[in-house]
Amino acid sequence: MTAVVGTARVVRAGSFSVRVDVRSVTVCSLLLVGILVVATWSIMVGDFPLSVRQVLSAVFGDGGDDAEFIVQTLRLPRALTAILVGAALGMSGAVFQSIARNPLGSPDIVGFQQGAAFGAVLVIVYWGGSSLAVAGGAVAGGVVTALLVYVLAWKRGLSSSRLVLVGIGIGFTAAAGVDYLITRADIYDVQRAAVWLTGSLNGRSWDHVRTVGLALLVLAPLVIIGQRSLDRLDLGDDTAAALGVRVNRAKLGLIVLAVGLSALAVAAAGPIAFIAFVAGPIARRMVNSPNACVVPAAFVGAFVLTAADLVARRVLAPTELPVGVMTAIIGAPYLLWLLTRRARTGAL
Amino acid sequence: MTATLDPATAPSVVPVAARRGIARRTIGMVLLIATTVIAVPLSLAVGAKPIPLGPVVEALLSYDPTDTDHLVVRELRLPRTIVGLFVGSALGVAGALMQAVTRNPLADPGILGVNAGASFAVVIGIWAFGTTSVDDLVWFALVGAAITSVVVYALGSIGRAGATPVRLALAGAALSALLFALTRAVTLLDTATLDQFRFWAVGSLSGRDADIAWSVAPFIVVGLVMAVGVSRSLNAIGLGDDAAAALGVKVHLTRGVSGIAIMLLCGAAVAAVGPIGFVGLVLPHAARALFGPDQRWLVPACAFGGAAFLLLCDTAGRVIARPSEVQVGIMTAAIGGPAFVILVRRMRMVRL
Repeated sequence: MTAVVGTARVVRAGSFSVRVDVRSVTVCSLLLVGILVVATWSIMVGDFPLSVRQVLSAVFGDGGDDAEFIVQTLRLPRALTAILVGAALGMSGAVFQSIARNPLGSPDIVGFQQGAAFGAVLVIVYWGGSSLAVAGGAVAGGVVTALLVYVLAWKRGLSSSRLVLVGIGIGFTAAAGVDYLITRADIYDVQRAAVWLTGSLNGRSWDHVRTVGLALLVLAPLVIIGQRSLDRLDLGDDTAAALGVRVNRAKLGLIVLAVGLSALAVAAAGPIAFIAFVAGPIARRMVNSPNACVVPAAFVGAFVLTAADLVARRVLAPTELPVGVMTAIIGAPYLLWLLTRRARTGAL
Repeated sequence: MTATLDPATAPSVVPVAARRGIARRTIGMVLLIATTVIAVPLSLAVGAKPIPLGPVVEALLSYDPTDTDHLVVRELRLPRTIVGLFVGSALGVAGALMQAVTRNPLADPGILGVNAGASFAVVIGIWAFGTTSVDDLVWFALVGAAITSVVVYALGSIGRAGATPVRLALAGAALSALLFALTRAVTLLDTATLDQFRFWAVGSLSGRDADIAWSVAPFIVVGLVMAVGVSRSLNAIGLGDDAAAALGVKVHLTRGVSGIAIMLLCGAAVAAVGPIGFVGLVLPHAARALFGPDQRWLVPACAFGGAAFLLLCDTAGRVIARPSEVQVGIMTAAIGGPAFVILVRRMRMVRL
């Protein structure tokens, strides 16, 4: 049996019921197709071009040795990392923007990604660092930074402009810490760290896929469950409390989940700027919903990152740019546009 | 007695209070100059090899090239100290001017993206034009600083509310992110550029020779003179553009001259030592607490204070993590980042 509420449809099976938004399902399906197309294209191009047929057969393990090696060890893990990192960043950004009730509250703007980067570089420079240790460093750095930003921005309540500015200040400090670590390493480590710090998907292996994949597998379902509280928090703390949300506990829980997602994404691909920032607003517009849209945001993030990586690899081919350069080139103008538009409407 | 409306001379209407204020500020200025004077011998004496003050003075007055202590002082520490004095005062005064022109308490060459613009231009100079000498790079830095300041200010002041602190800071942060990404892209394409750029990029006084000081000095001196020149008119602009115009101040001329001074000071500072943030943020606030809002006092106070602050940060950076050094840009960020957070917490927030 189904009931229609706006574009939402409630699917019931016995005592179990799920509210499914038709429009967001359509949007997500379209984005999924887009992601698959771009990812396949991305696997096809390179020094050793492959046809669609070769890619597909190599993915399923019967494409001949050369094609199989290229696809399975080099290009498939890279494409999967892009998808998963994009999804994690997009989801994390949507949660933060919703809690801050401000599109500028995303983890790349308010310094969490810089904090995670500091943690990760610290592990690389001082302990060599397996990818698990680097991931641990990134999560620790991200969590500490997030706590710091929220505690310091708190002053008889949380003003969102104070949150953003405190975040920028902390981000600058963390970035200085990263610079300090960089000057202590030798030039080869520096080159590697510099690529990583810009946010790169170059040379990603199945290790990276596992790191972000596990993070998404564990954290994403919890975020989706939390979406209910998030939607109510959007109405304001008092209204949310009246609707039965334990405001502070819900916020803390959601922040922890979102920090985890963004920090593990940073651990896998470096602090890729602006994906977390653009995904949420684009998803809201596509779904045409005032809510946080965490799932569509994840799909948007995955699509944008995959596409940006493809462009970054091809625009100066054979030289590959790190994807972070491309996302900054897309994201910074969007941020500036947002500023001018909000300025005109008097919202800033 | 003629009481004029000019805010610069307005205090003369209340002579007793003004005299007391002037006495307090004179003492403050003397203390500030004394700090700068003390910072110089400290910067010459402290380092990987501590040198007592006696030999330091001898090295300056009766230089003996065969004495290693003299050699260290004259060849390494003296140029570094001179660069520090110039750059520190440039950054301090640039911050004071930026805060006055934008009427924004968070303005700073680092936060508003001017350093990022100058850095990007320098990297382009190294990479695309093969420029390596500071004499030539300073021109790139000036152009980069000029373009970025204009763009950030234009983006930040669209709309009825004008340039609010939040919007200027965000426009600066966005442009910084974009320019630093482009800078990274260039350094990744070319390892030689990266190797030349990386120590410079972090903001350091280490290894700066006397030539660097002399090639940026003219720009900084001109910038400082311009800053002193507009300080009186900036006082009037602090009352708002309309009030300033009513007082006979040429608002656009004042802003233009201040803009050129900011560009000269930031560009020269970045060319000499790389992007150093937060000196321009912290100094004017400290100076205002001591000297009040009068630009005619603030400009010289920030010049001396900036020089002393940068030298002391640099000297501390040499001993804090022995045997290696902490670059001065990291020291200023470590002090300035928390200072920024404190300022934000004290500001009354507009809704975003």
